[in-house]
Amino acid sequence: MPVRVQTEDFDAGREIAALRAGDARVGAVASFIGIVRDVNDGDRVSDLFLEHYPGMTERELEKICAEARTRWDVYETLVVHRVGAMRPTDQIVLVAVTGTHRGEAFAACEFIMDYLKTRAPFWKREDTPQGSRWVEARTTDDEAAARWVDPQEPPSR
Amino acid sequence: MRFTVLYLARLREALGRGSEQVELPADSSVATLLDALRARGGSWAAELAAGRAVRVAVNQEMTDPAATLRDGDEVALFPPVTGG
Repeated sequence: MPVRVQTEDFDAGREIAALRAGDARVGAVASFIGIVRDVNDGDRVSDLFLEHYPGMTERELEKICAEARTRWDVYETLVVHRVGAMRPTDQIVLVAVTGTHRGEAFAACEFIMDYLKTRAPFWKREDTPQGSRWVEARTTDDEAAARWVDPQEPPSR
Repeated sequence: MRFTVLYLARLREALGRGSEQVELPADSSVATLLDALRARGGSWAAELAAGRAVRVAVNQEMTDPAATLRDGDEVALFPPVTGG
């Protein structure tokens, strides 16, 4: 259940190859890559800085992956998330899941990403022509994460 | 009791510090801590005002204002997360 937070870029092909190496049960790998865009909320973005809460970040990501592995019939999960300085077109995050069939792998991958966006302690600051600003959380991210909550079991807070 | 409070991301910049030691009576809650910080006025009162979205983690676990604090805890205050 590898989780990594790093400043360096990653090679998704190499990461996925390592994730499923030697595992002949695997019939499907679902993956997601998040990338720095050059426009956000209508403004040009020239640079992005990602801050995190070391220690808690890794624990939250591990919890999210563990939950995905109990909810869906999947084998391995991987999250690689970058921090520090990035620029448009750079890769930010990789999520990959191996399983027997695509349906479970797709669902687990999307779940991990939706929960990461609302629970893992990362924060983006972006530079625009108007200056440097912290990115505001989006309600659409909360809605995306809420889709995974069983309506019979409201989340306890 | 004495514990560490961390301020992260936008809150660190708005409050002008990244961490500090805070002393409060035994069995104080997260809500007590927030009240004590707001009582400093200025950006503390503004940034931690009731309507502002402030997340709290104690010993790196998300928690809520009712949680009781213990001596030596690591309390982190931060805005809603925006990773991914």
